[in-house]
Amino acid sequence: MTELPYLDGNMLDGPLSELFAVDLSTATGRCAHCGSTGPVAGLRVYSQAPGLVARCPTCVEVMMRLVRAPDAAWLDLRGTTFLRFPMPAEPPPSA
Amino acid sequence: MGIVTPGFGGRPRAETPDLPPGQYLTSDFPVLSAGPTPRVPQESWEFVITTETGAEYRWSWAEMMALPQQTPTVDIHCVTRWSKFGTSWQGVSLDTLLDEVETAADYALAHSYGGYTTNLPLDDLRDGQAWLVHTYDGEDLPAEHGGPARLLVPHLYFWKSAKWVRGIRLGFEDTPGFWETAGYHDYGDPWREQRYSGD
Ligand SMILES: [Zn+2]
Repeated sequence: MTELPYLDGNMLDGPLSELFAVDLSTATGRCAHCGSTGPVAGLRVYSQAPGLVARCPTCVEVMMRLVRAPDAAWLDLRGTTFLRFPMPAEPPPSA
Repeated sequence: MGIVTPGFGGRPRAETPDLPPGQYLTSDFPVLSAGPTPRVPQESWEFVITTETGAEYRWSWAEMMALPQQTPTVDIHCVTRWSKFGTSWQGVSLDTLLDEVETAADYALAHSYGGYTTNLPLDDLRDGQAWLVHTYDGEDLPAEHGGPARLLVPHLYFWKSAKWVRGIRLGFEDTPGFWETAGYHDYGDPWREQRYSGD
C-alpha cells in the first residue's frame, strides 16, 4: 500500500481563517481534563496576567492560553479536546 | 487584547537608570494571577525540594521559620512592563535550603499550590540571588501576592518568582513552565528584555 501524500501547512490557511472568522463566543469546547463541554463564552478568563488564561468552569483547569507579543501570538489549546463552531448549513448533496 | 496595559503613570527610563528597557516605574503593587488564588493555611503548608534521584527534602512552616532569615530589599520587574523599586521582604535564602540538598542538577522547575510552574537554571537560585519569602513590607505576605510563601528571584522577570510556591524539582533537563510553554522566554532577563520566546 502506498503512503498517502501530505500537504504543507499553507493549506490550513483557508480552513483556519474560516474558523477564526466566526464568533468564538458561539463555539463550545470540551475540557481535556474533566471532559465537560460548554460554551467558550462560559470559560473563566484570567486577564490580569502576562497572557489570557481561560479555565474550565467545572474543574478550573486551564483550557486555553493566548499570549500576544507585538509581532506574534501564541494560542495554546492543549487543555481543550475540541472546539465546536456552529456553521451555516451546507446545501444537501444533490441526489 | 485585554492584557494588562502598561503605564501606571511612572517616570520615563531616561531619568531612572535602574529601570530595565521597556519598563515603567510604579509605586503600586499590581496583582497578577493566571487563576484562582490558592488559600493555604500555614499548618498544612510545606516546601519540598525533589532531586534528580527522587530524594525529597521537606520543610514544614515551623521548620522553615526556624532557619536563618534574611531581609532583602530589591527592585522587581514584571514582564507586563511595570517595575517597582525598593520592595522589602523577609524569608530564607535558597542557598540555606540548597545547602541541605545533595544534587548535581542543572535546572530547577518551581511548582506552586494551584498548579503554576516556572523553570530556572539552578545557578540562578544560588549565590544570594533567590529567596523563599513569607513577609512583605513587614506584614505576612497576602495570598493575592503569593502568600503564605513565594519565590523571590528579582534579577529575572517577576513571573519567575512563583507565587504560592510549594516546591522545586531539580533535574538535568530544562523543563519549560506555565508561561514558558506559551510564548514567554525561557530565561527572562529584564536587562536583555527577554520577554518572549525568541527575544
Ligand atoms: Zn474541566
